[in-house]
Amino acid sequence: MCRLFALTSRDPISPMRAIDALNVMKEGHDGSGVGLYLNGLSGPFEELKDCPILSGIFTEAGLRRLDQYSMDKGFKSKFSILYAPDGPPPVGTPVRGTYAAIAYSVPKGWENLSEAEQGSRLVQMRLDLKKMGEESGDMMVFSFWPDTIVIKEVGDPLEIGEYLQLDRNKDIYARRILAQGRQNTNYAINLYACHPFFIEGVASMTNGENTAFIPIKEYLQSRNITGYSGYQSDSEVFTHIAHYTTKRLGLDIRAYKHIITPLSDSEIAEHPDREFLTELKRSCRKLIIDGPNCVIGCLPGGRMFMTQDRKKFRPGIVGGKDGIFGFSSEVCGLNAAIPDRDKSKDFQPMHLDTVIVGPDCKEIIQCSQTDQLPRQL
Amino acid sequence: MLSDRPITPSTLGVKDLPWQIEWDKDLCTQCGRCTSVCPVSAIELGVFRKRTIVTPAGLRKKPSNEHSIFYGIRQKTDPAYGCIGCSMCNMVCPNNAIQPNRDEGSTTLKYHNDRGGQPRTRGGRRNSEESLLDQIKFMRISMLTDPALDAGRHEFSLNTLLGRVLSPEQSLKCMAENGWKPPVREIYPLVIGGMSFGALSPNMWEGLQMGVAYLNEELGMPVRISTGEGGCPPRLLRSKFLKYVILQIASGYFGWDEIIHAIPEMQVDPCAIEIKYGQGAKPGDGGLLMWHKVNKLIAAIRGVPTGISLPSPPTHQTQYSIEESVAKMIQSMSMAWGFRVPVYPKISASSTSLAVLNNLTRNPYAAGLAIDGEDGGTGAAYNVSMNHMGHPIASNLRDCYNALVVTGQQNELPLMAGGGIGKSGNLAANAAALIMLGASAVQVGKYVMQAGAGCLGSEKDRCNVCNIGICPKGITSQDPRLYRRLDPEKVAERVVDFYLSFDTEIKKIIAPLGRSSSLPIGMSDALGISDRDAAERLGIKYVV
Ligand code: SF4
Ligand code: SF4
Repeated sequence: MCRLFALTSRDPISPMRAIDALNVMKEGHDGSGVGLYLNGLSGPFEELKDCPILSGIFTEAGLRRLDQYSMDKGFKSKFSILYAPDGPPPVGTPVRGTYAAIAYSVPKGWENLSEAEQGSRLVQMRLDLKKMGEESGDMMVFSFWPDTIVIKEVGDPLEIGEYLQLDRNKDIYARRILAQGRQNTNYAINLYACHPFFIEGVASMTNGENTAFIPIKEYLQSRNITGYSGYQSDSEVFTHIAHYTTKRLGLDIRAYKHIITPLSDSEIAEHPDREFLTELKRSCRKLIIDGPNCVIGCLPGGRMFMTQDRKKFRPGIVGGKDGIFGFSSEVCGLNAAIPDRDKSKDFQPMHLDTVIVGPDCKEIIQCSQTDQLPRQL
Repeated sequence: MLSDRPITPSTLGVKDLPWQIEWDKDLCTQCGRCTSVCPVSAIELGVFRKRTIVTPAGLRKKPSNEHSIFYGIRQKTDPAYGCIGCSMCNMVCPNNAIQPNRDEGSTTLKYHNDRGGQPRTRGGRRNSEESLLDQIKFMRISMLTDPALDAGRHEFSLNTLLGRVLSPEQSLKCMAENGWKPPVREIYPLVIGGMSFGALSPNMWEGLQMGVAYLNEELGMPVRISTGEGGCPPRLLRSKFLKYVILQIASGYFGWDEIIHAIPEMQVDPCAIEIKYGQGAKPGDGGLLMWHKVNKLIAAIRGVPTGISLPSPPTHQTQYSIEESVAKMIQSMSMAWGFRVPVYPKISASSTSLAVLNNLTRNPYAAGLAIDGEDGGTGAAYNVSMNHMGHPIASNLRDCYNALVVTGQQNELPLMAGGGIGKSGNLAANAAALIMLGASAVQVGKYVMQAGAGCLGSEKDRCNVCNIGICPKGITSQDPRLYRRLDPEKVAERVVDFYLSFDTEIKKIIAPLGRSSSLPIGMSDALGISDRDAAERLGIKYVV
C-alpha cells in the first residue's frame, strides 16, 4: 500500500523533510517510486509567481525540442533549474537525463485571456508535450502551471531524494509539499501513474484501490474537459473530481466529500442542506468512489485537505503546530516530520470528515459531512 | 376401438408426441383425479382389453383364452390434445402412478400442431436454454491492494434512479434558478416487468401487489412493479400503494379510460409511466389477449365486451412515426400528471434501439429507456415470432450504454434491461452482469412468475399455454376454477423471499469486487467471458 505524506508550512521547507517521513513509513511501500508536488516555492520562483513552470524529465534532444516548441508558442524561459545527476542512479532507477523545472513568461496578449482560457491552454500544452514525449521517449512532462513543480521517479524515495540532491537546492524549497512513496501493485511501473496527480492547480494523492475506476473514468472523459485524460492509475480520477468540483461546479472543497462519498438517504433527510445534497448526490452519482481510499490534496490558493472514503479502510492523520502541519497516512511519519507538536491535537478524520489547513497554517479545520454547508453552496 | 383404425396424414402414435404419459397400472386406484385436472385433456379414462391364455397342467386339456377388461388411463394421440408435460396429473395423483416423460426424439407433433391452417401460438418462452448472460464471469476481485468487502456486514447501497438525472452543471443551475426538475424516483434495481391484469389471474396480480407492498412497507426495499397494458384495478388506482406501481400504456390503450378518470382521485402519483412500443419476445408484433381470458372482470377494467380477443396493434396507430410518438406520448403523459411523474418508453431490443435512444437523449422529458431482449416471456405469440425474431439484450444494452458514454449522458438517461434475466435461475448473476454492462435497473417478468407462483413452464416447451386461459396453476387463467388454486398470500410470500435472496446474492457478487456505496453500473472491467467474439463485442475481458 502506498504511503502518503504532506506538509504545509508558513515558511519554505525542504522536500527532504517529507521524504524522510516517507522513509520512516517504509514498511508500507516497496520503494518502487516517489512522487513530489511542490507549491508555494521559494527563491527565484517566488518572484516569478505568475509564470507557468514546466516540470519534467528530458533528454538532450527533448530539451531542444522543448525550446523549439515553447519558442513557437511565444513562451520565453525566465528561470530554470536543470539538474542532470552525474553519479550512477540508485538500483532500479533508469538513467534519464535532465530533471527540469523551467519558468516561462507568457506570450503577449495572454493577459487579456480569461483565467479559464489560460488554464485550458496551459493544460493543452502540457498534453501536447506529453504526447510528443511519448512518441519519441525524450520528454516526460508532469506539470505546467505557475508556482508548481512535480517530480516523479522510480526507486526508493530516500535514495532518489539524495540522488537528485533535493536538500541542496534552496530554490525548490516549498511551502506545500505532497509526497508519495509508491507501492507498485496493479499495474506496470509507469511514471505517469505515480501520484500526486495534478491539473490546473489542483493536486492530490491517494492510497488504496478505486474499484469504481472504470465508470468514473468514462464519466470524466465524457465531460469534454481538457486534461481529463491519461488515467494510467485508478487514483488519477480523484484529482480530476476535485478539479471538477471546485473549478467546474464552483463548489467549495467541503462539497468534495459529498460528491465522492455522499451521505446515506436517511442521513441526508436529517441534514439542513437536504435539498442541495439530494440533488448533488443524484447528479454526481457517477463520481461516487467505492474506495477504500484516503485522499490528500492541495488546492489553488494553498489550502491542503485530507478526506477518507466511507468505509475508512485507509487511515490518515493530521497534526502539527502553528506554522507547520503534516498530513500522513501513518502516525510514525508525522512523528518523524513534526516531533515537537502537541500530539493530543492530532486528528484522524473519520468517514464523515474533511480536514482542511489553510495557507496561513494556523489550525486544523475539521468539517463533518453532517454540518451545514457554507451559504454560497 | 376400431379394428381398422384409419391412418390419416395427421394420425400420430403416442411415440410421436413430445410428452408421453407413463402410467402404472398397479399403483393406480382409478380415482380419476389426473384426467379431471389435465388442462388439455390429454388423458382420458380408458377401457383396456386383456387376453390371458390359460394353460391347464398336463396335456389332456387344450389351453383356452380368457378375456377380461380393466380400466386405466389412456393418452390421446390427437394433435389437438397433445400432452404439454405440465405434470399436473402427477401432482394430484395420490399414488404417484402417473407422470409425463419427455421424449427428445419425438418431433412429429411440430408438423401437426397447426391444424386448421392456424400456426401454433404459445405463451411463455423461447425454448432455447442457452444464455449468454450465464457465461459471463465476475473476475475483478479485490484482493491484493485491498481486502474484499464483507457482504454480510458492510452496508450496501443498491438503489438506483429512475427518471432523467440532470448533469451536475445543469442541476446546480436549476437549483440556482429554481427551475423545473425532472422527477426522479429512487427504486430497487430489480423491477417486476409488465404483466398485465388480464394476462395474469386476479389472484396472481394480487399476490404480486401484496408482495411488492410488503417489500416496500415492511422491509424498506423500494421495489416497483409495472402493470403491463390492460389497466389497473380502480381500487389500486385510488390507494396509497399506487406509488409502487409503474402504469403501462401500450398501443391498445386498454384500461386507460379508467386510469385517466381516476387521476383527480389519486392519493399519490404512480411511480412512473411506461409507454410500451415493443416487447422483446415478439418484436414488431402487438400484444394479444385471447378471448378465452376476457371474462367479465377483465372486460370491465379494460372497457370492452367479454369474450372477444383483444389485440394491441404493433404501433401506436394515432402517431405518425416513432420519433413523433416518443415525443408526443412522453409530453402528454407527463402533462397529465403535472410533470411530476417520470415517463419512459419500453422498446424491443432491435437494430433501431440506438435511434430511439438518440431521440430520447434530446428530449428533456424522457425519463429513461427500457429495452427488452428476445429472451423475454410473453403471454401470447406465434411460435415463429418467439423462436426466430428479436435481438439479444446484452449487446443491445451495451451499445446503448456506450452511445450514452460518448455523449456523457450515462446514467442521466437510465437504461432498463429485460429479456431472459434469470431464465436458467441465475437471477442475481444475470442482473449484475447487465448492470455492469450499463443497465441502471433490470426488468424481470418470467422469473417472477416461475418463482412467485411455481409456474410449470420450461424452456423445453413444457406447458407454455399461458395464452389460452388454461394455465393449470391458475397464474394466467381467468377461470375461477383454475385461479382459485393459487393462494395470493403464498405468491406474495414467495415474491418477498426471492427478492430477499436476490438482495443477498447481488451483495455477494459486488462485495468481492469492492463495491458498496453505489451500484456498479458500467463496471465493465469486472466482467470476463470465454467467448472471444462476445468479449470483443461487449468490450469485456476475454478469459478462458
Ligand atoms: S402432464 Fe399435464 S398435460 Fe400432460 S397429461 Fe399430465 S396434466 Fe395433462
Ligand atoms: S390420479 Fe393417479 S391414481 Fe388417480 S386415476 Fe390418475 S393415475 Fe390413477
